[in-house]
Amino acid sequence: MTPEAIAAEVKASGLRGRGGAGFPTAAKWSFLPQGVFPRYLCVNADESEPGCFKDRYLMEEFPHQFLEGVLISAYALQVSHAFIYIRGEYRAQRQLLERAVAETYQAGYAGRGIMGREWDCELIVHGGAGAYICGEETALLDSLEGLRGQPRLKPPFPAVKGLYGQPTIVNNVETLSNLPYIVSEGGAKYAAIGTPGSPGSRLFCVSGHVERPGNYEVALGKTTIGELLGMAGGVWRGRSLKALQPGGGSMQILGPEHLDLPLDFKAVTDAGSALGAGALVVMDETTCLVDVSMRLVDFYQHESCGKCVPCREGTYFESELMHRLEAGLASEAELATLADICASMDGHCFCVLGDTATWFVMSAYKMFPEEFRRHCGAGRCPIRADQDRAA
Amino acid sequence: MSEAPSASGSDTWVLNAVTRERIRRSRALYPWPRSAVLPALWAVQDQLGFLPPEGLVEVAAELGLQPAEVEAVSTFYSMYFQQQPGRHLIQVCRNVSCGLRGADQLLADLENLLQVSDGQTTEDGVFTLEGTVECLGACGGAPMMQVDRLSYEDLDLEGARQVLAQIRAASSSAPGANPDA
Repeated sequence: MTPEAIAAEVKASGLRGRGGAGFPTAAKWSFLPQGVFPRYLCVNADESEPGCFKDRYLMEEFPHQFLEGVLISAYALQVSHAFIYIRGEYRAQRQLLERAVAETYQAGYAGRGIMGREWDCELIVHGGAGAYICGEETALLDSLEGLRGQPRLKPPFPAVKGLYGQPTIVNNVETLSNLPYIVSEGGAKYAAIGTPGSPGSRLFCVSGHVERPGNYEVALGKTTIGELLGMAGGVWRGRSLKALQPGGGSMQILGPEHLDLPLDFKAVTDAGSALGAGALVVMDETTCLVDVSMRLVDFYQHESCGKCVPCREGTYFESELMHRLEAGLASEAELATLADICASMDGHCFCVLGDTATWFVMSAYKMFPEEFRRHCGAGRCPIRADQDRAA
Repeated sequence: MSEAPSASGSDTWVLNAVTRERIRRSRALYPWPRSAVLPALWAVQDQLGFLPPEGLVEVAAELGLQPAEVEAVSTFYSMYFQQQPGRHLIQVCRNVSCGLRGADQLLADLENLLQVSDGQTTEDGVFTLEGTVECLGACGGAPMMQVDRLSYEDLDLEGARQVLAQIRAASSSAPGANPDA
């Protein structure tokens, strides 16, 4: 197959990126300027979205399928180097990948004159060192260049000016793991697994208050959130569902009324959330959403890279207020301040990290305003107080 | 530590031959040598257990950078240590999925078992406990802890106690870097 033929199959597959944004892979590839070389592929294996553990699973269980996807992509894009940026915490997985890469070289699928063609491609596994922000594609590029991992201003987008100032494509581990199937079975067959708006299949990481947490592969668009929850054994301990996050820690809250929604990009976005990185986090009736919000806000505060003021300062004040609220020390005026801070952050940060630091907490406040208000001046978490009284 | 750190950095290297070879190989691997900074810092930490200033100076020399440039990178990433941690690093994830399944209790149990608080190292230098970490990508086995490279999942007090006992029994008493980490 020619590189163009592979790109055509990927286009026919309708494959949308599995890293979080859901951008069509073929469209991203098409942004590479013609005739500009060298160009690079960077694989985003910096999986660190709260609730997400699918890329880890793919790299542990199917490293060769993943590397085959990397090389198919590298060939289609005619890159000279494919870098796999894997988060520092995945050290065991990095060592496993390094072994699989060595096997790939031995088999003649990487290096010089691959499979007798005039195409050379180096495959390099690059370990991060503990920074959520490096999952943001331009921060990943800075980190790979040996800098502090902070996001770059876009445009120019990486496809035009990326790693070392050259055209660069950044794709996620799961996205590329789909390519061997797409190339061998045809893009149309892959697309037909799902629906026109949400083609193919996808791994969902189900965690939280379910009987059988784990990774579940489902047909996109044809499976509902409730069916996915059922695959994981339903809400644990016979309890009822209070809330869920369909796309990992960054995404907005949904409720029991959304169980019939299909796992479809548009349907979930229309409902006010997003499929994000494909992580379903389930919360039962005993959950305190102020506590969950506080945990997530603390995470973003810890991971803010400090480059822009709204995120650096905003997450700090957000975190302070959330701790006061969960402890029952905040006033109703402070709750209003929290909403004000979040409004000042959302859409005003340098990258999406600062925006997403507000999404869960504000959507939870909107869905459960009384629960947030009850915390004001309560002296302790009122949900825990209720549970202690009942016990 | 196999070699004493040098204050001057002139003729005695802090970094041993293995580490320097790893850094040189990384430098040759990338189109731009600067990309070898993170791999080089990992190599230093693998040898010494942390990143002493002398080590950063030597990395800078190997890669043709200023020591301040290397230091700026080293302080950005939470997995690089500025001080010697315990021989084994215990990370407890308390993010959303683990929090929902009892991570706070697990951290409290570990604090009791080890007699340290979040962020501290046990008196015998065997364990450093960290309860403020990123989501560790093991939400399917929450609550969990990662000790060095490995995840220990679906933990309760007894499970955590057993893991610690196994690691303590297998761990050499020598202080300093842990080559298996």
